[in-house]
Amino acid sequence: MFNSKIKVTNQVGLHARPASKFVQTANRFASEITVQNVTLGGDPVDAKSILMVLTLGVLQNHEILIQAQGSDAETAVHDLTNLVQNNFAEAEN
Amino acid sequence: MKDTGEIQLQGIAASRGISIGPAYCFSVPDLTIPHRQLESTSQEMSRFTNAIDSARAELQELHADLLKRAGEKEAAIFEAHQMILDDPTLRKKMEQQVEQGQIIEQALMSAIEDFANMLAAMKDELFAARAADVRDVGRRILRILLGLPDQSLKMVHSPSIIMAQDLTPSDTASMDPKLSLGFCTAAGGLTSHSAILARTLGIPAIVALGEELSQKVSPGDMVILDGMEGILIVHPCEETLQKYRNIQEKQAARDREFRSNAMQPARTADGKMIEVAANIGSAESARMAVANGAEGVGLLRTEFLYLEEKEPPTEEKQFGIYKEIFEIMGQRPVIVRTLDIGGDKPPSYLRFPQEMNPFLGWRAIRISLDRPELFKTQLRAILRAAFGYQVRIMFPMIDGLDELRRARQMVEEAKNELKVEAVPYAEDIPVGIMVETPAAAVLVDVLSEAADFFSLGTNDLTQYTLAVDRGNATIASLYQPLHPAVLRLIKQTIDLAHQKGKWVGMCGELAGMSTAIPILLGLGLDEFSMNPRAIPESKNLINHLTVEQSHHIAEKVLSLGTSAEIEAYIRQVLADL
Repeated sequence: MFNSKIKVTNQVGLHARPASKFVQTANRFASEITVQNVTLGGDPVDAKSILMVLTLGVLQNHEILIQAQGSDAETAVHDLTNLVQNNFAEAEN
Repeated sequence: MKDTGEIQLQGIAASRGISIGPAYCFSVPDLTIPHRQLESTSQEMSRFTNAIDSARAELQELHADLLKRAGEKEAAIFEAHQMILDDPTLRKKMEQQVEQGQIIEQALMSAIEDFANMLAAMKDELFAARAADVRDVGRRILRILLGLPDQSLKMVHSPSIIMAQDLTPSDTASMDPKLSLGFCTAAGGLTSHSAILARTLGIPAIVALGEELSQKVSPGDMVILDGMEGILIVHPCEETLQKYRNIQEKQAARDREFRSNAMQPARTADGKMIEVAANIGSAESARMAVANGAEGVGLLRTEFLYLEEKEPPTEEKQFGIYKEIFEIMGQRPVIVRTLDIGGDKPPSYLRFPQEMNPFLGWRAIRISLDRPELFKTQLRAILRAAFGYQVRIMFPMIDGLDELRRARQMVEEAKNELKVEAVPYAEDIPVGIMVETPAAAVLVDVLSEAADFFSLGTNDLTQYTLAVDRGNATIASLYQPLHPAVLRLIKQTIDLAHQKGKWVGMCGELAGMSTAIPILLGLGLDEFSMNPRAIPESKNLINHLTVEQSHHIAEKVLSLGTSAEIEAYIRQVLADL
């Protein structure tokens, strides 16, 4: 089991494009991946489900916990963490 | 007044413009689920799999179409819809329902409703609004399961104004602006997707007209949709029709004038030429800048090159991207700003210290000077790509002369390397700085020793001058770009630079704001650089001002004590133009 706790700093949080990118990235891996909104509390949800990720209501400056279990769990957590850290690779506007 | 049978309904103006024409009453297709025998779970689920394949094809078509008509941002919603089709949790929920004895159509609708209700109950409006998207996708799949064609608004065959209870994003996106002259909905709000899309596509619209809408309007009724005031007029009398036709014509003439003037260089009513340029960050936005009449690029942001990858971009990669953008701009001048990032948005390969306040921390030119290999790679790429084009280099967040001298020294080193390697590069490239710290603004005469030009970055200048974090919602009202202190620094920058024979531009948001343009013109700003979309209207405003008048405006503004007074005065000036 690999995990990472990270603050979401981009403006819209896990919504719209960033949410789509997060879920698309999770879907590249075979591992079971969950994500949880630490700031608001609540249960971990399937990181590969756009609907469940939206229901987390992750806004700017919320902390999330990413957990993965499986053959490629380490890379999955690494890539998802990077994606969040790089603000979903959005160019500033 | 004689009774003409004219009826007026008041709603919320959602998208500007006036349209006149017959009403088309759009009703949602009947998606009642018929009774049928339950099949095996795998058979039920394979019906679903087939349906989402068709749904995906429809959504891809819609996405491609909207990409062309409205752009990437607006089309993205249909990418999200496609992701909902493949959602594993949705599928799992449906499978459970089927196993409990529901046919797939019922299983779909109950799962969709569960998700929609979950989202609708969320506190944040943005998330709650997604419930409409989930229902939209659900209805699409159900319609396919029931074997019904995708009718939507493709059924409109002659120019009409659409009346509906509500419209889904799919409905709005499938409108043909030549046939759908506008739309009115009984429900909806300003921030609904349909309203946003209407504004992007330029279709006049009114929302929230209430239940009266369906009672008062019948198919084929003549209506006037006033998207400015949010008024729908049913059965207008001849006099009203004439009045609105006149407004329509005046607006069309104004639009034509804006568009054709945008391609002309901006000049004041008394003939002074003013450079109006664009702020861009990609080849795509460069094309948009040209299409909107930009006379140059006052700010080419380069951060995107650094934030997208796990490695810093190579010289070759940067060279290719810069060159593509310069090529699109032709011989128009382009100002490239060197790397402007900080700890608020760190790339993964730069090890950032934990900072209490990243906006006062290790950022912009400070990083470039500490990481010469990163800085020089960028300078080499710019110098090489600039060969044969009108390119200028600009450093962000300069505080004083020592930083500027060191940065210029790096430009010289990069040039020398290229010379030794016999690689072509732009030898006489002008080098300037952003004025975005109060320190730079008060030192402009000193900095003139090593800067060929100045560009005011008013977003940061406002933040640093007023000590107001522009991302902090609690103090958002204190962030005032028209604050007298900020305006004094702008005036001082322009005056000091002109005394030294240097020109001053502005690439902050202020440069494209109609409330600021008359003041900036009066203060003697030489170049206005803004969001490409703001160019046509800004040029039009400049065309209507004289230099003398703007001097008078600036003088008056500098005598006022608060932003509120300044704004009130400027609004009056604009209203009188």
